[in-house]
Amino acid sequence: MSTFQQTLFVARKDLLLGWRARTRTLAVALFGMVTLVLFSFAVAADGEVGVSAAAGFLIVALLLSSILSLEESFRLETEDRALEGLLLLPVDPVAIFYGKAIANFVLLVLLGPVLLPLTAIFFSLELDGANLLGMALLWLLAAAGIAAPGTLYASMTSRVTGRDVVLPLLLFPLTLPILMAGVRSFDLILRGDAMSQLKGWTLLLAAFDLVYWVLCGALFSRTLEE
Amino acid sequence: MRNVATGIGLLGILLLLVGSYVGLFVAPPERHMGDVQRIMYVHVPTAWIGLLCSTFAMIFAVAYLWTGRNRWDDRLVGALEISVILGGLLLVQGMLWGRVTWGIWWTWDVRLTTSLIMFLLFAGVLALRSFVEEPLRRATWSSVATIIAYVDVPLVYFCVRWFRSLHQVQSSPETVHSSMIIPLRINAFAMLFIAIWLIAWRARIESKSRGAERPPERIEIQGAQNG
Repeated sequence: MSTFQQTLFVARKDLLLGWRARTRTLAVALFGMVTLVLFSFAVAADGEVGVSAAAGFLIVALLLSSILSLEESFRLETEDRALEGLLLLPVDPVAIFYGKAIANFVLLVLLGPVLLPLTAIFFSLELDGANLLGMALLWLLAAAGIAAPGTLYASMTSRVTGRDVVLPLLLFPLTLPILMAGVRSFDLILRGDAMSQLKGWTLLLAAFDLVYWVLCGALFSRTLEE
Repeated sequence: MRNVATGIGLLGILLLLVGSYVGLFVAPPERHMGDVQRIMYVHVPTAWIGLLCSTFAMIFAVAYLWTGRNRWDDRLVGALEISVILGGLLLVQGMLWGRVTWGIWWTWDVRLTTSLIMFLLFAGVLALRSFVEEPLRRATWSSVATIIAYVDVPLVYFCVRWFRSLHQVQSSPETVHSSMIIPLRINAFAMLFIAIWLIAWRARIESKSRGAERPPERIEIQGAQNG
């Protein structure tokens, strides 16, 4: 079995587990919704204030939800020492990383159809076809930028005491460039791009995605060594 | 080796005293900012040596993953801690300068933001270390986390060229008067020497703590034989 096939196998396994534990997966989406509601109350975000803050709220809701999703993906692996079982199989660690990162990426992307319409409703956003296409593309890039380092860090923190504290502590600062570029890009789509800055911010987002996916994939096998 | 490190540290302290004296009392005040600009003689060296210590940390992390030798992990701890301390000092100095010059303690300018991210990233690696009890795992994971955290360092340095920023672009000897360059360079070498001394010191402490962490099998066996 090639590394690519192994990657797909691991991703399929994780997505299947996510599907079988649907209530837990749905709880992550529900958490994202609650976060959006809290934000809208925290700053009384209606009218122009809401439109200007919507991009930030959306990406922060994704980031906060991702913590639950990432912790869940490795909770299953550490319970009953399933990860050790996986490592005993002739599976390349690179395939384990990319398989799990792809599964986490898909789960984060699936939050989009829940959180995007809600954001549009709560913050009175005017969306048309072109806006939606741009936002969908940015959502993919933002989810990818969180999924790769999140998978690597979740694999480490799932095996330490105080995992609930350490994962956000490590992941949030690392994803701040993603947050910054994502928020700016979303905002430019929503409120107009008078100075043609969208391309630059989107490229920055894509560049961070590339660096994180390559670097985390290269380092993951070292975190599994005991 | 220990005496060499201490000598370097004492030389660093001496240079820092000389550099600070020259910066405060000999160098002329800057034309527009006046005496406030004198903070540059510690702020810029703090930034340079802070970034250098982050680079040392990244090199030690790669060396540990490459060789698996504990001494690289010991040095990694030292470099991480010193880069966090310098990163914190850098932010405080920048805020003091910003309050006087810009009229605000903080603004979400790209240089300030990336510097804050760098501080949080390396502090996060230290936090990770404190939560992992098994030494081999702790060393490997902190090396991995350090290499990933280092992604932000080039961004801190180059962001003022890549993005519009309130923070000025790096100066060069051609754009700064020689009377201002001298205290700047003395303090930069001073901080470098002090940083090397502290890293070596911290590495030695870490090495000794690792020795103390080892399970006392031999003592138990000897005790059994004596008994």
